[in-house]
Amino acid sequence: MSQLVLEARNIVRDYHLSGGLFNKARTVHAVKGVSFSVEKGKTLAIVGESGCGKSTLARIITLIDPATSGELLIDGNKVDIGKETLTTEMRRKVQIVFQNPYGSLNPRQKIGDVLGEPLLINTGVPASERRDRAMKMLLKVGLEEKHFNRYPHMFSGGQRQRIAIARALMLNPSLLVLDEPVSALDLSVQAQVLNLLADLQDEFQLTYVFISHDLSVVRYIADDVMVMYYGEAVEYGSRDEVFSNPQHSYTKTLFAATPRADVESIKARLAKKKAA
Amino acid sequence: MALLEIENLVVEFQTASGPFRAVDGVSLKVHEREVLAIVGESGSGKSVSMLAVMGLLPWTAKVTADKMAFNGRDLLKLSPAERRKMVGKDMAMIFQEPVASLNPCFTVGFQIEEVLRVHLGLDKAARRARAIELFSAVGIPDPAERLGHYPHQMSGGQCQRVMIAIAIACNPKLLIADEPTTALDVTIQKQILDLLMRLQAEHGMGLIMITHNMGVVAETADRVIVQYKGRKMEEADVLSLFESPKSNYTRALLSALPENAVGDRLPTVAGFMVDEAPVAGAAQ
Repeated sequence: MSQLVLEARNIVRDYHLSGGLFNKARTVHAVKGVSFSVEKGKTLAIVGESGCGKSTLARIITLIDPATSGELLIDGNKVDIGKETLTTEMRRKVQIVFQNPYGSLNPRQKIGDVLGEPLLINTGVPASERRDRAMKMLLKVGLEEKHFNRYPHMFSGGQRQRIAIARALMLNPSLLVLDEPVSALDLSVQAQVLNLLADLQDEFQLTYVFISHDLSVVRYIADDVMVMYYGEAVEYGSRDEVFSNPQHSYTKTLFAATPRADVESIKARLAKKKAA
Repeated sequence: MALLEIENLVVEFQTASGPFRAVDGVSLKVHEREVLAIVGESGSGKSVSMLAVMGLLPWTAKVTADKMAFNGRDLLKLSPAERRKMVGKDMAMIFQEPVASLNPCFTVGFQIEEVLRVHLGLDKAARRARAIELFSAVGIPDPAERLGHYPHQMSGGQCQRVMIAIAIACNPKLLIADEPTTALDVTIQKQILDLLMRLQAEHGMGLIMITHNMGVVAETADRVIVQYKGRKMEEADVLSLFESPKSNYTRALLSALPENAVGDRLPTVAGFMVDEAPVAGAAQ
């Protein structure tokens, strides 16, 4: 069996809302006991609607927020940021790319500095090496040397998402969490970014946790799929299992709601319309 | 006769580096009871051309057209006051971000009644009755109570239903929906599309659906216009567009859909783009 990069056992996350003048204190159960594992070089897609807890889960995996209970193992090591401070080595292992490339880059930072900053914070490499490695990564994600000294506003959405991916890769992570990385992008740009992710995965044997609500993208990129609904994993299996034989009624609803862009379904719709 | 007829529409913006053409010679027609989809990526001018029809562009935009007629009236010659009477009544628009396009300072009831007051001059009781009727038509549960709510108290899907209710309040002849479901979840998207299609059929409206989602096009449109960089690349009925796309750009767009992926990499649009002439002449 190949090596497990990420293993989560029974992850729970509750948010306690303190009461105010008009509201009583209450607890929101954002993630209710979710377990999964991802092998090296594979992609796990987490699918669900807004409010289902998928971004909360992403924050837990990325070691930004602690889980209320449950175990999280990264490269076989148990991590609990609620109890102990994290070593820079652990920080290095998991990186994240956010949904909105317009919001996740500092508008006053040049691209070269954006890419150098993870090294500055987490390692002691000298400035000249930081610059060299940032330049190499820039070329790797399909940008050019001349982009090094530009500011984020000078780039298109797709280029910015490339920069965000480059930044996440600067520390050679073993696990990359992608929180809706292509939902803000146009169709053609989406295809380019998905291709880039596939290329990088092949080259560095990267492991992805890909969070999305777009089933057609998930079907294209994922090895395993987990469907979340109100904080629970209602369906978890290999891509082919989940897509060919969904078990849970929510998964079926989700599939039925996804618009189909094939000729057969258009014919069926037009025929129905004519009859009506 | 066509409901909306546009010939050779050009919209230019003055920028620091000279004029920028957002829409470059687009012609289109929408008939009554017809669903026309305008597809394109960001920057293709699909929203700008419809904002020009609505008269909602800022003064920096220069709009010219050989013909721009709605319901037999020349939109280019209308005075601003006459145009305001028409917009929101005979033609209405739904925007992409439902939460952002409602005014957060007023209740949704006030906002829908405002339309009824301005355009139809109904009295208070009639306005309220009609607002409740509209809210139930778009499937908002407990409509009488919901009228007193503010936009932030409602979900994105509910806000979009309110927007639709406002848009159809005066039984418009033409409804323009600008990416009505882009900000919504797929299951909600399905509900909203079903709602729009039902209302379109019931009221016999013309519907222009602006979108970048090929799935939405396939599920709703009768006829499709594909735009790229302000130009019309292709116009066809929905079946022939998906079955046998004529322009290279449409073909590239369709093959960039992840569900149509062949092999383990997606073809990208840039790889397909050759300098292709836009379809000239008048619309079908």
